[in-house]
Amino acid sequence: MANCPRLLIHLLLCGALAAASQTFAASDDLVVCTEASPEGFDIVQYTAATTADASAETLFERLLAFAPGTTQLIPGLAERWEASVDGLNYTFHLRHGVKFHSTTWFTPSRDFNADDVLWSFQRQLDPQHPWHAQSLRGFPYAEAMGMAALIERIERLDDYRVRFVLKHPEAPFLADLAMGFASIYSAEYADQLLKAGTPERLNSQPIGTGPFVFERYAKDAQVRYRGNPQYWQGAPALQRLIFAITADPNVRQQKLKADDCQIALYPRPVDIPALKADTALQVLELDSLLTAYIGINTRHPPLDDVRVRQALNLAFDRAAYLRAQYGEGGASLAVAPYPATLLGYNEQLSPWPYDPPRARRLLREAGHQDGFKLSIWTRPGGGPTNPNPGIGAQMLQADLAAIGIQADIRVFEWGELIKRAKNGEHDLVFMGWAGDNGDPDNFLTPNLSCAAAESGENQAGWCDAQFDALISQARQVQAPAQRAELYRQALAIFHEQAPWIALAHPKQFSALRREVKGFVLSPMGSNNFARVTRQ
Amino acid sequence: MLSFIARRLGLLIPTFFGVTLLTFALIRLIPGDPVEVMMGERRVDPQMHAEAMERLGLNKPLYAQYLDYIGDLAQGDLGESLRTRTSVWSEFLTLFPATLELSLAALLFAGTLGLTAGVIAALKRGSLFDHGVMGIALTGYSMPIFWWGLLLIMFFSVNLGWTPVSGRIDLLYDIPPVTGFMLIDSLLSDEEGAFVDALQHLILPAVVLGTIPLAVIARMTRSAMLEVLREDYVRTARAKGLSPARVVFVHGLRNALIPVLTVFGLQVGALLAGAVLTETIFSWPGIGKWLIESIGARDYPVVQNGILLIACLVILVNFVVDILYGLANPRIRHQR
Repeated sequence: MANCPRLLIHLLLCGALAAASQTFAASDDLVVCTEASPEGFDIVQYTAATTADASAETLFERLLAFAPGTTQLIPGLAERWEASVDGLNYTFHLRHGVKFHSTTWFTPSRDFNADDVLWSFQRQLDPQHPWHAQSLRGFPYAEAMGMAALIERIERLDDYRVRFVLKHPEAPFLADLAMGFASIYSAEYADQLLKAGTPERLNSQPIGTGPFVFERYAKDAQVRYRGNPQYWQGAPALQRLIFAITADPNVRQQKLKADDCQIALYPRPVDIPALKADTALQVLELDSLLTAYIGINTRHPPLDDVRVRQALNLAFDRAAYLRAQYGEGGASLAVAPYPATLLGYNEQLSPWPYDPPRARRLLREAGHQDGFKLSIWTRPGGGPTNPNPGIGAQMLQADLAAIGIQADIRVFEWGELIKRAKNGEHDLVFMGWAGDNGDPDNFLTPNLSCAAAESGENQAGWCDAQFDALISQARQVQAPAQRAELYRQALAIFHEQAPWIALAHPKQFSALRREVKGFVLSPMGSNNFARVTRQ
Repeated sequence: MLSFIARRLGLLIPTFFGVTLLTFALIRLIPGDPVEVMMGERRVDPQMHAEAMERLGLNKPLYAQYLDYIGDLAQGDLGESLRTRTSVWSEFLTLFPATLELSLAALLFAGTLGLTAGVIAALKRGSLFDHGVMGIALTGYSMPIFWWGLLLIMFFSVNLGWTPVSGRIDLLYDIPPVTGFMLIDSLLSDEEGAFVDALQHLILPAVVLGTIPLAVIARMTRSAMLEVLREDYVRTARAKGLSPARVVFVHGLRNALIPVLTVFGLQVGALLAGAVLTETIFSWPGIGKWLIESIGARDYPVVQNGILLIACLVILVNFVVDILYGLANPRIRHQR
């Protein structure tokens, strides 16, 4: 009995000795602590950012790419492209000499060519394609972006030229092609899998042209890659890339400090000061394409009255909200549906001030001097756009009470919240949006168009004919300056009509060891390690 | 004894069907369906939604879905995950050894320390040791697992550097899964130092997961021992001049073990439930985290069959515990 504590001490000492003799990571290995397992590796079936990091950013590439750290489009697997004057035809000239990954389960017999482009898109667009029905989940991104309704056909001009023919002009089309769902797969590998009767392996043994080659995945534990020695942009400096699935942000932080991983993704805003204070670490931050907002259901009286909506905007102390939710400097105050870094941002708009007396005046003018009742909807667990939903809802409730509005807080699990909000059952709902391609339309059409009001994704249920006409026109115009002007006008209408209480554009952060170089945050929130080194 | 076993086995069948019905119904009672959750805030075209539901077989009436489910089960088909398209059985087999390894280590820790501390506390009733052990047990029982886990990580892993922060093994060891039990797989691999590293990774999660069972077992052992030590037959044994060790272990502990065994059985369920938090803190790739994520994603086949498999396991363990009662105390066997 007396030996038990001794045994424990012995075990711990063994641990200490083992830790001392442990092999430390070589400088060409990188361990990244990320928050969730990829749902799979066939990226076109999924929408989660962690899945995109583990597949689209590591294994696959697209015809176009975003320049690191920006929303600027640069050539990817297409070295150049031309658009017709009417904006209906896009011809892509494909890069020569690009190799697909060679692994123990696939050896490519040819380089990347037009067949691969056709396969990658037709599979998603053509219901008759032999691979279309293989995805039980469908192709959520391509479907949500309405690609089938946009692309008339894709023509193979020769081995290294393809032409996309559109049904109508669509300015964000090129940006769409840089998104994960437009990743290029090996048609040869797909044929092989189908013949072998093992199509599911496309999802578990992926083959792409990207900087890393897939090695092994242990669910909820790790994903292992090796550097692609044949990568057309030059082999990555990293020999091994390992994603360590570490769900808890505290633990990711501790692992980073202990050098168990060299990059910790998705740190909590409240931990940023402590991470910055650690001299062994560096913290990267970037204005991201995130918008946190409160959707005001304009179909529920009295919220159909613009004066009431403006009063709500004036009543909420958003500066205090930002400090409580994101910490000092963790987010910028939102004025418009998208951040100032994107095309057509209207610099003349200023945020609604915190002005309860003016809010009360507006309510009086609208005939609600005695106030009214409404519901505030939110979710139980936090996320990047709403780190602490409970506190946020309580702050809003208190500010509304100050102008005589009695608000009930209703907390719904995420799935139910989305469903009910789409049905328009809420009055006010805390929501967020993450931009995918750096185009303003990516924020406006899905969230504020009349079509989205009809389908329910526009939680404000707000349909303004003038606003809708402007964003529709901007989607079809090619000249950036002209588009920008249309968006500026649209944003002015949005601001005046106040269908949202626009809250914040949270910053994104990553924490890394000092010796890690070359890692750049992307405004789209994706993480790419192709140019990372350890020095 | 045989009729007792037969009766218990007979009870397993309705229990099994009860579990299938309950999990089938409960997961569908949660609002939202797999397609809606998958799309998040994004646009879900009603036609696309209907097509996806049809592909997933979720457009049929509920009774038809349940009959399909039972039919598949009868053929040993647990279906495949709606998210990953991997078979539920293969995902379970990948993840369950991690949970089992952790739970067994926690049970070993809790059982060894709990029994020892409980017996000593009973023998030294009212002493400083007794009060100390019971105080610590109460504290351990009330400890929030998340906080306790992070505290141990901060102290042992970050400040002292004795144990790793999380995971099952240092990721620089590339150990391909053979049995799924990292201690065994690391021994089977050629990687030098892998076994010690795996053992080191197991210590903190096992201590965290075992803390509450340890407290329960220690308290239960103490009170059971105190009761037994007051029994006439113990006094008789002492009067016959038997050695104190024989009195305590043969006459005392064997009889005191019956309630403790019950607790052991119940703790298996508690360990599997507690594993969810421990697995999250220590990034331990087990079934707890898998099930929680699957509930969030409305991955019906994983939730239904994952819970069914765990329920079967808990039922089996309790069944074995019932049999062990009889072995520990023949009076029970004869009474039944």
